[in-house]
Amino acid sequence: MRTKTAEHRTNVARRDFLKTGGALVVTFMIGGATSGAIGQPASTKSVATDQVDGFLAIDAKGRVTVYSGKVDLGTGIQTAMAQIAAEELSVPLATVTVIQGDTALTPDQGVTFGSLSIQNGGMQIRQAAATARAALVVEGSSKLGVDKDAVTVKDGVVVPKTGGKGVAYGALVGGRDFRLAVDAKAQLKDPKDYTIVGQPIARIDIPDKVTGRFTYMQDFKRKGMLHARVVRPRAMKASLMSWNDFDCRKIAGYVGVVKRGNFLAVLGRTEWAAISASRTIETTWSDWAGLPDETKLWEYVRGTKVVKDEDLQKVGDADEGLKTPNAKLLKATYDFAIHTHGSIGPSCAVAEYVDGKITCWSASQQTHLLRKQIAMMLKMKPEDVRCIYVEGAGCYGRNGHEDAAADACLIAKETEWPVRVQWMREDEHGWDPKGPPTLFDFRAALDAQGNVVGWQSEVFLPDRPKDIVVALLPAELAGLPTDPSHPGNVQASLAIPYAFPNIRATAHWLAETPFRPSWIRTPGRMQNTFGNESFIDEIVAATGGDPFEFRLKNIKDSRGAELLNALAELAAWKPQATRSAVSGDVARGRGVAYVKYELVRTYVGAVADVEVNLKTGAIRVTKFYVAHDCGQIINPDGLRNQIEGNVVQTVSRTLIEQLKFDRSRVTSVDWASYPILKFPDVPDVAIRLMERQNEKPWGAGEPTAAIVPAAIANAVFNATGVRLRSVPFTPEKVQAALKTV
Amino acid sequence: MKISLTVNGKTVAIDADDAQMPLLYALRDNLGLHGPRFGCGLGQCGACTVHIDGKAARSCTIPVASVTGKKVVTLEGLGTPAKPHPLQKAFVDEQAVQCGYCINGMIMQAAAYLQTNRKPSEQEIKTALAENLCRCGTHLRIVRAIKRATETA
Repeated sequence: MRTKTAEHRTNVARRDFLKTGGALVVTFMIGGATSGAIGQPASTKSVATDQVDGFLAIDAKGRVTVYSGKVDLGTGIQTAMAQIAAEELSVPLATVTVIQGDTALTPDQGVTFGSLSIQNGGMQIRQAAATARAALVVEGSSKLGVDKDAVTVKDGVVVPKTGGKGVAYGALVGGRDFRLAVDAKAQLKDPKDYTIVGQPIARIDIPDKVTGRFTYMQDFKRKGMLHARVVRPRAMKASLMSWNDFDCRKIAGYVGVVKRGNFLAVLGRTEWAAISASRTIETTWSDWAGLPDETKLWEYVRGTKVVKDEDLQKVGDADEGLKTPNAKLLKATYDFAIHTHGSIGPSCAVAEYVDGKITCWSASQQTHLLRKQIAMMLKMKPEDVRCIYVEGAGCYGRNGHEDAAADACLIAKETEWPVRVQWMREDEHGWDPKGPPTLFDFRAALDAQGNVVGWQSEVFLPDRPKDIVVALLPAELAGLPTDPSHPGNVQASLAIPYAFPNIRATAHWLAETPFRPSWIRTPGRMQNTFGNESFIDEIVAATGGDPFEFRLKNIKDSRGAELLNALAELAAWKPQATRSAVSGDVARGRGVAYVKYELVRTYVGAVADVEVNLKTGAIRVTKFYVAHDCGQIINPDGLRNQIEGNVVQTVSRTLIEQLKFDRSRVTSVDWASYPILKFPDVPDVAIRLMERQNEKPWGAGEPTAAIVPAAIANAVFNATGVRLRSVPFTPEKVQAALKTV
Repeated sequence: MKISLTVNGKTVAIDADDAQMPLLYALRDNLGLHGPRFGCGLGQCGACTVHIDGKAARSCTIPVASVTGKKVVTLEGLGTPAKPHPLQKAFVDEQAVQCGYCINGMIMQAAAYLQTNRKPSEQEIKTALAENLCRCGTHLRIVRAIKRATETA
């Protein structure tokens, strides 16, 4: 039976609490926002994406504030955005402050996902800065009484090229709006004149982070704030039958509960009171056991109703190609487990509801989108909701941040108290949305010369609703309006970069998936590239060829070829490398994988060196060689940091990670039941960055991760002759496969 | 109840309703420190690591009452941006941070370890940090930073 009446009970009256707990005081406590660089009250700040004022402000002292809708998720984007703006404006980097993801202050530049922050977000800021600079040059030259071509800009001062006194940006625009549309044709700086972009500038945030001075979302406080913990259903879709907080009332600092439908939260004046109450409150839930049998997950996926088929790539006629007379046919099925984001810091948010308006601080990668979702859930107008980004632990996709934000908003609106919701570890592992299970079938036909005459790939993926957004968990629990969940653009990169005469890549969109799906780093592109590049290796092995030669022959892309040649050199690749001799129980091998991300941007190639213990089945990845071409590089050290992180995180996902569940709930609820890679097992990484400073910048947050699983699988094949087609490559799977060769 | 301990060289009295409250919440909520971080509450990830009488300890599982009279040092107590500890400086020099949420644990664990082994090999550093988790994949930089600190200290 489902309890439908909304209840709201507290054991202290709100008024009493406010008396003892202090009045609501609105103060801004985020580091960046106190810089004084915000020239305008929030209500008048332009957030238009087509206006310079949307992105930039310059105060009387010449200090620049950049307003970025894209946010730093631990990737160094904040520093990169400052570099881009400082370079284009010709101001010292130290004068630039970056405000991120505040719906009242920053333009909506879309969700911070898809390796698009620099490529799209950064380029919008660059264009706004170029527009501003051009206007300031005109203004400055006129003040100086010279032609605009007779001046240049040095450290934020418009100066005559011939020398002499100049006029500073601060004097030209300080404190005032630009009132200028972003000019798509504004002249950009020539990369050869760059002094800031392309430099390995030290990140702005690191000194505070290593000394405990940084304010993460989890550190953020509001005066009079209550602490809340959400009491989770015993089974994923169970209904709350009854609850009793009698024993909670013995806990010092316990305040009460907020209940709406199946959403139940306990509140405390202290964090520990809230935690204690969440462990003390008695609840009974209905039985629910609607999850598939984990041991038969792939049968479940294959048996799920297909709502539509979509050809993602069609070249020639794949059916005919596969029927080529006397062709050698290859067939294989691949699968890739369900993964969780696994942020080290569980999601956290603070919200307050004052005078009919909500302000919510969260580490959401999508504050502008979150604002709309919160408004929908609480039946408010979006303009009455303000979402402000405060950096949290690394996020790697749409994890629990938005849900925690919605928890906080729901409780804040119900209680009218400022509320902090901190998810516990089991909330994050158990309840954040998941990277969906992915299943593939591949077929290829090879002619007598080893040419691929037919390629067919099929992937089974959860269907996409119209908008790229994930349902808010508390809305689902409370029975409030929310969007259906979208898995992200998981079909991307199923299309292959090889010029085979007959290709068909097809997505079978499925009616359902066991868990709320969402994007997790390199969504779909990782899974799809795992299948593609592993199956390519099967083809190469069938032809007896060399993986580099095969790719070079088939890509018809000079930029890709340059990258592959650089990779072969970096890895000291020996053509048709034979397996090294097995020493003791350990077999060694190397494997190659390559991707042109989504076929339109960043090129990455990798060679993996692995050791396989033939007795235990354990794989050790000893080294990764990565060649990377993301076009213009904003910060080469930041880029290397991202590439290293991509490799290490994906080695973890490939070798170890797999969400466990029973018929009722996720059972991977901590680091013991969902382990990740530890220091002793981390591979070395060697990187070659391609020099492309005159090209457009592309993304780097995800592409390297795409090729890691296949590079490992191919190296394991090279070492052992065993083909691993199911991520993760656990010792049990390796042992079982070794028995078949 | 009042629990008296030393935090970063200062004697403090923690007003705790529950003697079983983990030290982490006393440090973060009662004292407003940002160094020790909540990661799992289970002693599995290391984000909450502090020093208790010079030894690395997981503050998320240690009851505050059990540290009465002991000396606790947090990341804030090691050094400041202006006067960083050699490890903090090395982490900046190597840019050994992505999101940085785990870094408290990495530095605190390493600082305690280096007291017992001043010139560890790379392998020894990895073993010493085996129970500290990083999700961003900053491990290689973290190892390099610790190595650098041992070379410059």
